[in-house]
Amino acid sequence: MLSFVFRRFISMIVTLWLIITVTFFLMHAVPGSPFEKEGKALNETVAQNLNAYYNLDKPLFVQYGLYLQKLVQFDLGPSTANSADTVNKMIARGFPVSFQLGLIAVLFAIISGVGLGVIAALRHNRLIDYAAMIIAVLGISIPSFVVAPLLIKYLAVEWKLLPTATWGSWQHVVMPALALAFGPIAIIARLTRTNMLEVLTQEYIETAKAKGLKPATIVIKHALRNAILPVVTLLGALIANVLTGSFVIEKIFAIPGMGKYFVAGIINRDYSVIMGTTVFYSALLIFLMFVVDVLYGIIDPRIKLHRKESEG
Amino acid sequence: MDKTEKLLEVSGLRVTFKTHGGEVNAVRDVSFSMNKGETLAIVGESGCGKSVTAKSIMRLIPEHIGKIAGGSVMFKGKDLAKLPEKEMREIRGKEISMIFQDAMTSLNPTISIGEQIMEGIIRHQKVGKSEARRQAVEILTLVGIANPESRLKQYLHQFSGGMRQRIMIAIALVCRPSILIADEPTTALDVTIQAQIIDLFKSIQQKTGVSIIIITHDLGVVAKIADRVNVMYAGKVVESGPVQDIFYNPQHPYTKGLLASMPRLDADRSIPLSPIPGTPPDLFAPPLGCAFAARCDYALEVCRNYQPAESNVHGKHSVSCWLQDPRAKKMLAAMQAPTGT
Repeated sequence: MLSFVFRRFISMIVTLWLIITVTFFLMHAVPGSPFEKEGKALNETVAQNLNAYYNLDKPLFVQYGLYLQKLVQFDLGPSTANSADTVNKMIARGFPVSFQLGLIAVLFAIISGVGLGVIAALRHNRLIDYAAMIIAVLGISIPSFVVAPLLIKYLAVEWKLLPTATWGSWQHVVMPALALAFGPIAIIARLTRTNMLEVLTQEYIETAKAKGLKPATIVIKHALRNAILPVVTLLGALIANVLTGSFVIEKIFAIPGMGKYFVAGIINRDYSVIMGTTVFYSALLIFLMFVVDVLYGIIDPRIKLHRKESEG
Repeated sequence: MDKTEKLLEVSGLRVTFKTHGGEVNAVRDVSFSMNKGETLAIVGESGCGKSVTAKSIMRLIPEHIGKIAGGSVMFKGKDLAKLPEKEMREIRGKEISMIFQDAMTSLNPTISIGEQIMEGIIRHQKVGKSEARRQAVEILTLVGIANPESRLKQYLHQFSGGMRQRIMIAIALVCRPSILIADEPTTALDVTIQAQIIDLFKSIQQKTGVSIIIITHDLGVVAKIADRVNVMYAGKVVESGPVQDIFYNPQHPYTKGLLASMPRLDADRSIPLSPIPGTPPDLFAPPLGCAFAARCDYALEVCRNYQPAESNVHGKHSVSCWLQDPRAKKMLAAMQAPTGT
């Protein structure tokens, strides 16, 4: 297990380094600079001074080296657009909000997605099954930026149940979390249903029935545990979806999360903000994928064994 | 052991399945009874309804497609065919247990063996975890698994094929049921392990007095373990009797065919095995007369059009065949005379 964690850690570092490198050079390949706003160039001396201050006058590889040097000290640098602010501070301000929203959305998606999928499988080819699958198809086909304005229109504007936007009380969380979770609910529900249908025909389910176990025990203990595995696999990618999706949702609901800084960073060509948020999100995702891998072994003991065997 | 007390009485059992092609009559009017401590073998080829018969006793036929269309399954004064599902759950695993052919797929791969044994104990005996664990260790010892304490924490993939089947048996026996139904328990095992499992069945029966219904198409297994045999064909019991009578004095042509198709160690290898030609009839529309008539070397005109009645051969040995009719016996003698020369 330790050697597995160690090897995973190395590959995580390599992945992160690749992401950093590609993002860094791609970002600099895009024409324009932080000091050109809407085509209006700054006074030449001012621009030169600013470039010198941010090391932007040095060759690209030197800049890249300097960036990495700071990064290993967990210093993401000052904001290019607003030198009073650092990227570390932005993340410290924005991430707790984004994390809270993302976590609620993911939990909501897992609970209702799995629930919907299980119910659909147990009532296979009946009304509830069809209804659940219609919801699922809608969820997969309608993007969150369409769901969000619809939610605002009905829940906030017409029925006045919830506040329209911004952040603060729990009422502010409901609509963005719903909008974020809608797609993932659909995906999880479909996947759970398919897997449940397959698992329910397995012979060990019949054995469980032959033991006289109650239907609820059979479904939760014997069927769901085996059906949930592909959902867990999907979870890594799904969380990525929710987190990146939250950029758009945060913008729509005017939530002061990471997404705000990220979007503003791109518009302003704020190099260090773009880099900083990308690195931060990538590191987070890579870590989540690792967590999913570990979870996998806990749910299915066979996987743990194979890992040991492959370690020799 | 007193093997005269009647434990289970199946009478007139009919089971049908709804399929896209129509209704399949999988079990057609099956009756038999079983005494305490007895081992009953149900034999027959694939699709003859032997597994369905067993699953009907447990009421484990798939709900939406299959149903018990008629008959009764009397057990301890209750008709299992009509018992509400909730009461049936109290019987399953406690009074009647079942083990399946392939332990690899019949046990849950993601739950530890101990948990799978203990959940039955906790469910039916309403005891705590530590008592359940003690019983689980005891039952694993009974079925011959070494180091039961440490084995409890392990998972299915950490056991060999024979061990898995032993665990299946342990799970089935843990609540000391009065009937154990074993659906092809040795088919997925290699021959040496088969013999071990059969011996295990015998020793368990001696120790616990459980009645066993064993479903198999392996007559070798039947010879080793069974007290009585039901031979099934196309959803019906065609011949039934004590194991010696079935092996040494088979009456139904199908039983004779089954016995003749068995490979023998002492046979001349140049002589090929003699299978029963043809295939079983379509159970969407069962034939009017005897279902075996189309494959039977001795079929008479009457066989194709009328169901044969059950007749008693000797003691508890009975058979459903027109050849038992005194008129047929005469005719058969006449028919066989010219071919014999």
